[in-house]
Amino acid sequence: MSVADLAFYAFSTVTIAAGLLVTLSKNPVHSVLWLILAFLSSAGLFVLLGAEFVAMLLIIVYVGAVAVLFLFVVMMLDIDFAGLKGEMSRYMPLGLLVGVIIIMQLVLGVGAWVQADGAMGLRAAVTPDLAQMENTRALGLLIYDKYLVLFQLSALVLLVAMIGAILLTLRHRKDVKRQNVLHQMWRDPAKAMELMDPKPGQGL
Amino acid sequence: MVGLEHYLIVAAALFVIGIFGIFLNRKNVIVILMSIELMLLAVNINFVAFSSQLGDLVGQVFTMFILTVAAAEAAIGLAILVVFFRNRGTIDVEDVNVMKG
Repeated sequence: MSVADLAFYAFSTVTIAAGLLVTLSKNPVHSVLWLILAFLSSAGLFVLLGAEFVAMLLIIVYVGAVAVLFLFVVMMLDIDFAGLKGEMSRYMPLGLLVGVIIIMQLVLGVGAWVQADGAMGLRAAVTPDLAQMENTRALGLLIYDKYLVLFQLSALVLLVAMIGAILLTLRHRKDVKRQNVLHQMWRDPAKAMELMDPKPGQGL
Repeated sequence: MVGLEHYLIVAAALFVIGIFGIFLNRKNVIVILMSIELMLLAVNINFVAFSSQLGDLVGQVFTMFILTVAAAEAAIGLAILVVFFRNRGTIDVEDVNVMKG
């Protein structure tokens, strides 16, 4: 067994175990941390498959952004998680049944899978030899040339998600004093201040 | 020798764990969202495994698109969750019946 095989078994075991612990752990903070472990070890699987750029993207986007977002929401909302956890055993048989059925179907599909004869001729973008071009460069040439429109559209998806998230969570609280910039800028010193000249001993 | 089938089986196991998590944590939306992320990760592993097996880079390009959609989905889902928690004071999915749908 080569080092790559050993690494595959280690990474896949850690991925599946961490995935199970995401669903089973009592504390959602622990769930998020197991999710991070699952993402990291599947990034290791991607490196083994020769997809270095996607692996690093997985770490940056999932671990650096999505998982931290989850962690923020779990920690900042004051949620009673103990009350939500109560009926876990009630749904266990149904979940196990559905899971076993689906994994049987998937294993049957993988077992019966054969590659078509002309599959190699139908490749849309053949991976260049690693000696000529590394993965990141090849992927960049493909994305910014052939898939430019799709790439821009996925940026649009992110923009819509950003606007939507801001719009959903923005709120104006009435009881908080806020800075009104226009009000400040339009303030007229002539109206705000009055110079008086009172005589000594008289007052206003 | 580790082949394509090994990766497909890992991805299948991860996908089923995601479905299992949705069933198991029926009340906790945050864990349901995390299970959806696990399922998308399984799909990504499938894409990259086939891309590596066939020597076709398109699979990796589409992995990036899935990554984008997953990030957008997580952001919107968590935003909805925050608004829902602000209005109702709980994140129990079975309480989501305001619209009587």
